[in-house]
Amino acid sequence: MRSALITLGIAAAASGLYFAAGRGEASAPATVQTAPAQAGAPAQPAPVPSAAPKADAPGQRVEVPPPPFSDGIFPCSECHAQLTPNRTRRVLTDMHQDIVLKHDEEHRWCLDCHDASDRDKLHLASGELVSFDESYRLCGQCHGEKYRDWRAGVHGRRSGQWNGHKSYLLCAHCHSPHQPHFQPIEPKPAPKRPTRAGR
Amino acid sequence: MDSTLEKKPQVTRRQFASCAAAAAAGFVLTACGPRRLHEVPTDRLKLALAAMEREYRAKFGKAVHVADTPAIPGVLFAYALDISRCVGCRRCVHACVDENNQSRDPEVQWIRVLQMEKEKGVDFGHANPYYEPATVPEDGHFYVPVACQQCRNPPCTKVCPTGATWTEKDGIVVIDYDWCIGCRCCMAACPYGARHFNWGEPTIPSGVLNTETHYLGNRPRPKGVVEKCTWCIQRTRNGRYPACVEVCPVGARKFGNLLDPDSEIRYIIEHKRVMVLKEELNTVPKFFYFYAT
Amino acid sequence: MSTLWRFSRFVSGSIQIVRRGEPLYWGWICVLLALIVSGAMAYTNQLHRGLIVTSMRDQVSWGFYIGNFTFLVGVAAAAVVLVIPAYVYHWKPIREVAIFGELLAVSAILMCLLFVMADIGRPDRFWHLMPPLGYLNFPRSILAWDMIVLNLYFAVNFVVVTHILYRAFWKRAYSKRLVVPLVLLSIPMAIGIHTVTAFLYNGLSARPYWNSSILAPQFLASAFCAGPAILLFALQLLRKFTHFEIQDEALHKIAELMAYAMFLNLFLHGAEAFKEYYSATEHLLYTQYWFQGLDGHRTLVPFAWSAVTLNIVAFSLFITPATRRNWVTLNIGCLATYAGCYIEKGMGLIIPGLTPDTLGEIYEYAPSFNELRVAAGIFAIGFLVFTLMLKVAVPILLSEFTVDSAPDGEPSRARVPQTAAVH
Repeated sequence: MRSALITLGIAAAASGLYFAAGRGEASAPATVQTAPAQAGAPAQPAPVPSAAPKADAPGQRVEVPPPPFSDGIFPCSECHAQLTPNRTRRVLTDMHQDIVLKHDEEHRWCLDCHDASDRDKLHLASGELVSFDESYRLCGQCHGEKYRDWRAGVHGRRSGQWNGHKSYLLCAHCHSPHQPHFQPIEPKPAPKRPTRAGR
Repeated sequence: MDSTLEKKPQVTRRQFASCAAAAAAGFVLTACGPRRLHEVPTDRLKLALAAMEREYRAKFGKAVHVADTPAIPGVLFAYALDISRCVGCRRCVHACVDENNQSRDPEVQWIRVLQMEKEKGVDFGHANPYYEPATVPEDGHFYVPVACQQCRNPPCTKVCPTGATWTEKDGIVVIDYDWCIGCRCCMAACPYGARHFNWGEPTIPSGVLNTETHYLGNRPRPKGVVEKCTWCIQRTRNGRYPACVEVCPVGARKFGNLLDPDSEIRYIIEHKRVMVLKEELNTVPKFFYFYAT
Repeated sequence: MSTLWRFSRFVSGSIQIVRRGEPLYWGWICVLLALIVSGAMAYTNQLHRGLIVTSMRDQVSWGFYIGNFTFLVGVAAAAVVLVIPAYVYHWKPIREVAIFGELLAVSAILMCLLFVMADIGRPDRFWHLMPPLGYLNFPRSILAWDMIVLNLYFAVNFVVVTHILYRAFWKRAYSKRLVVPLVLLSIPMAIGIHTVTAFLYNGLSARPYWNSSILAPQFLASAFCAGPAILLFALQLLRKFTHFEIQDEALHKIAELMAYAMFLNLFLHGAEAFKEYYSATEHLLYTQYWFQGLDGHRTLVPFAWSAVTLNIVAFSLFITPATRRNWVTLNIGCLATYAGCYIEKGMGLIIPGLTPDTLGEIYEYAPSFNELRVAAGIFAIGFLVFTLMLKVAVPILLSEFTVDSAPDGEPSRARVPQTAAVH
């Protein structure tokens, strides 16, 4: 029975690959107020109203700490305002060589997410510009299930109050957008093995 | 010979007097004598807490607050842990030790992170808590942290001969460290190895002592008694998340109110594949393991 | 008040008996006292430093103390083997030895209670179990049941033997109205204490090795082997060193009863082993740890097989009429039974029940020196009590020592009728 549960787990991992189609991109001319997660979602019972504003309320803008920019990198327009956008996909040689893209890199490059005309913004597939502190909407276009879990408070680190204010982090606080897979970390010390008295 | 020496009425009177005295003494002792902390009247509990604070101040040389925050009505706590995310870094183990004043020597740890092989699945027979690679997660392995499962049908509380451990209204199984006699029946009864005994005098350096405590939770324990995870009762009864939830670097740990349909816990139970450990034992844990991906 | 006075005469008389003895007696007492002192020192160390001086840890949280406790509950329960035929079937030869079974029960229960005290982390809080001051989680906790039945069983046996000896001291027959109901009560209670002790382990679903309904019957079977084995030794010694007459027939009958008990014991173990090995579920681990070792952890394996061998040897010796009537083979059989059951119940029950632990970890427990010293001290207390009780009981039952032979030492008692002090 236990191995069956693990098989389930592996199946679960596979099922995570499907995109929650229609999230974000389906609601084409979206405005800030539009609910990106609502369109195309299967009919669900309306959530019971709760006193505290909930992050998973449709369209609710989620309060997050400032995006984790590297020092001195933002606003991007400080440099890019003087440059003519080059929309050709290429290997960068003059600047940002430190960024190695390992995020569906065969199909994607910088300008799929960063906006060429407004460098301080990102853009969704629909063309709608979003600021970096709303970047979760961009991520949620592909990672619909994770996005939904995150809004529900289930994906991601949680701190604050279980019955009150919950603090959210942007996806980028934990996952580097360019290399989102978690890097292995050093474990804390193992427990001591029990020893018999006098040994 | 009997009949000549015995003066029955006198004996009876004396017996009556001694019986009455014993009954009176029994009554007084029962009313005023030591009792389990959760059943004494509030004013006596306050006195007991003040005595604890004095004792800890003398022992650790700093002020310690011992709270008696009660359960919040309408709350039944539950916990969920995402096995597909846990990387086995043991941040939770050590955050728990710091938050809950576990003995550093002899070492007591309420959370045990088991490394298991993906090929073998959740199988305690092949679990290893002592893994020490340079980095985690290791290929081909996954991790199952185990602490108190806060069962709804707890095998540990029913075996306790003195009633020193019980389930609180919010579902947390607690221990009265001043009432436990250290018989360790509960440890034999727990299917999750969640209960730990103070084999020696617990030591906590004064500098790392957490001074915000609860009398049923993280207040310093004496030697010779059993202790266990209380879901950070000193934090969660004030609305905060347990320490292990906040420290988890991959966000694998979730906590909330099972009775609130909007809680994270309910979302997980309704949307994810959820399991409990050793389901066949009918302990009905409120600690769920799930696979979010 | 005369009853009280007469009883104090009985007590002072008993003290007089205990204070007389040959060098062998005093040598034995000194050995026991030395063990008790050593045990007391070890226990003081344990009180001071905590149970960390034992080898018990979170992984194996019960060990040698609880193993001995379990074994001795069995010994105490075994008094019933002798009491049943003596009082129910009026089988005379055993009747005279039944009282020694009860004395054995009293000392065994005393040791049981001492082992529990040694095992608990906070002996200073023992009164937490005693209402009205304390709180007893009855009927939910099986340990609460166990405490009640053990103390009652102790009390019943103590009252019966004290009454019989007291009356014999005053040269009177015991009161049937008191003794017969109490003895009849002690029969189900003997079975009860052992069943309840078995249930202490049996009811724990976390430990599959114990969570088998065969446990209680198997407990009783092995108890009915080990208890009489001790008694057979004691009775032979009694015959040798006192004028007490115990017929051969009685001893052979006990040996025969032991053969049946041992058969049952082996059969039940076999049934359990079959179920574990043939079904080979994940619960097989514990049986494997006992008989074969697990992952190279083989500390208990020699013990397991020696227990099996000893039990089979004992069974063969007792089931064959020729060998159970031969004193050499009878005593070899007793020794084998005692050792076999002791290993099987002391180590074979508790340790494999907890190894591997509930999360699969294997910690190889073996008692520490401190634990062994405390245990030896407790056994010495038990043997001392048993010795002293025998010392008192034998001459009184033989009418060699009565109120006539106990001079009244206290001047305040001068008003006693002169007849009582005449030789």
